[in-house]
Amino acid sequence: MSTAMKALIAVDPLFGGQVSWSVLAVVLIKVVIAFVILLVSVMLYIWGMRKVIADMQNRIGPNRAGPYGVLQTLADGIKLFFKEQSIPSTADRPVFRLAPYLSIMPAFLMFCIVPIGGTVSILGHRTYLQVADLPIGALFILAMSGLGVYGVMLAGWSSGSKYPLLGAVRSTAQLLSYEAAFGLAVLGVLIQAHTLSTHGIVWQQSWVNAGSFLRDWFWFRTIVPFGIFLIAATAETNHPPFDLVEAEQELVGGFNTEYTGIRFAIFFLAEFMNVITMSAIATTLFLGGPSGPAFGFLARTNVVNVWFLPIVWFTVKVLALLFVTVWLRASLPRMRYDKLMSLGWKYLIEIAILWVLVSTALVVGRDQKWNMFVVAPVAAAVAIGAFLVLYLAIPKAGEHVEEFH
Amino acid sequence: MGRLSGFGVTWRQMFKPRLTTEYPHVKREKPERQHGRHVLNRYEDGMEKCIGCELCAGVCPAHCIYVRGADNPVDDPVSPGERYGFVYEINYLRCIHCDLCVEACPTEAITETKLFEFSFTNRADAIYTKQELVVGEDGRAKRMPWELWAGGEDDHTSAWMRATSPSGSADYEGRVGWSGELGFGVRPAEEGQTADTRTPREAGR
Repeated sequence: MSTAMKALIAVDPLFGGQVSWSVLAVVLIKVVIAFVILLVSVMLYIWGMRKVIADMQNRIGPNRAGPYGVLQTLADGIKLFFKEQSIPSTADRPVFRLAPYLSIMPAFLMFCIVPIGGTVSILGHRTYLQVADLPIGALFILAMSGLGVYGVMLAGWSSGSKYPLLGAVRSTAQLLSYEAAFGLAVLGVLIQAHTLSTHGIVWQQSWVNAGSFLRDWFWFRTIVPFGIFLIAATAETNHPPFDLVEAEQELVGGFNTEYTGIRFAIFFLAEFMNVITMSAIATTLFLGGPSGPAFGFLARTNVVNVWFLPIVWFTVKVLALLFVTVWLRASLPRMRYDKLMSLGWKYLIEIAILWVLVSTALVVGRDQKWNMFVVAPVAAAVAIGAFLVLYLAIPKAGEHVEEFH
Repeated sequence: MGRLSGFGVTWRQMFKPRLTTEYPHVKREKPERQHGRHVLNRYEDGMEKCIGCELCAGVCPAHCIYVRGADNPVDDPVSPGERYGFVYEINYLRCIHCDLCVEACPTEAITETKLFEFSFTNRADAIYTKQELVVGEDGRAKRMPWELWAGGEDDHTSAWMRATSPSGSADYEGRVGWSGELGFGVRPAEEGQTADTRTPREAGR
């Protein structure tokens, strides 16, 4: 294998030497475990979401299947699996069958590049605890979240029915709109990190001391992109308050109206898988991934510090973000469609672009050894000026353009 | 907080007590006057109270009661009066448990238990006949296999009679306005009334 190929596929130390059967076995193990983790966590997330929302509404929530109802999602899945699957006579059959898988694959592929632990050793090989560490990791995130749109769009289009088509059009528009703000928010981190590799991004956020929480983790240095990322990721995953895709009152059912049985279940699996993956990505980019304080009284190479604690920190951070998504779901009403578009195009993209411009100026100025006391005020002034110009240029409600009131 | 105050609301709710009653396992106490499955009562001597007048069938808004009266056999009367309920059927696929039949009944023959947990798998079971509705030898409702009796549902089937007064006065002019029942005798008055079970002659009227 040539050096260029190695660099393209991965920089994981696993591929440093000869690619042998045991290396392939390690890769296979990681893929299978990642897939199982994601499926099980979707199951637990849906259960946890229903429980937390029930708590917030003074109810009990699912408590029939298994202890505390933890197997409720499994029961629902089994039920849907054995239900009849109907395909409308006007449907484009191959595309109709393909669409659910198109929507679930990106969610899983995106999870593959998330580091859920440090560098460990499996079957005698040192390797990162992530399925793959692509040199273009961050671009891969954007590519996959873009591909996720195809599942929704093709599902609506191939159903051969008006309502799914309308639902698909509106959700495609929503996903594409927020894709821009999403990408610019990721760019905010990349400017700070100087790398696209997710392992590199996490490595730069390594835990040194308690100050790392603010100093090394990117969330504080990129506080504005962090906020934009959370909003855009919520919209990308069609989570409330941006769940216009499944606005039952307006859309019958949305893009998945004509789907039944396991295909319908796969759309829901993909949606919740996306939520978990996005939380994992947010953890990786902004919250230091698996980094966190280790046990000082144990050796740095102790199995607890190498294997256990990074996974625990990663899980805790993802769970905290997932709780926030559930909290959003329980608290906020669905946004009106024009408000959704207005938030995406008129505010998030504007602010994200300006943040990217200012932080680029600051980073370039630091590297070129310019006088920062000049660069910072000038950059800030230009950004504020640009924002005002944009603000005046964009029509607001009740001005020039007729909008619904 | 303004627009974000909703988050505080949902957060606070998490620590408040749950309102859900886990129904099949935990059952709330039933209201005192709950309307449930009917019974046809008997007098203390075992005679049926129903006189086959069909007032219940006439007043029923759901048309679920079917009654046919017949003359009492002279040598073996079923009820103390002239006639008795020869056929008595209630269709529980129609009954809305409004209790109008209980109000219409001139002899307190039909009253309602608190039983509501019963379900059927066929139409024949849903139509209760007189044999199923008339109380047994102990004055209690006959229990069908598809009924879920938890106990206490048929203790106070005619309590409603003693809680109301035709004159509008909670007191009842010094004498009981209800008859005795098989298995229970002449029941004491409900709250708010004086329990005077003397006859008019004894009371000096």
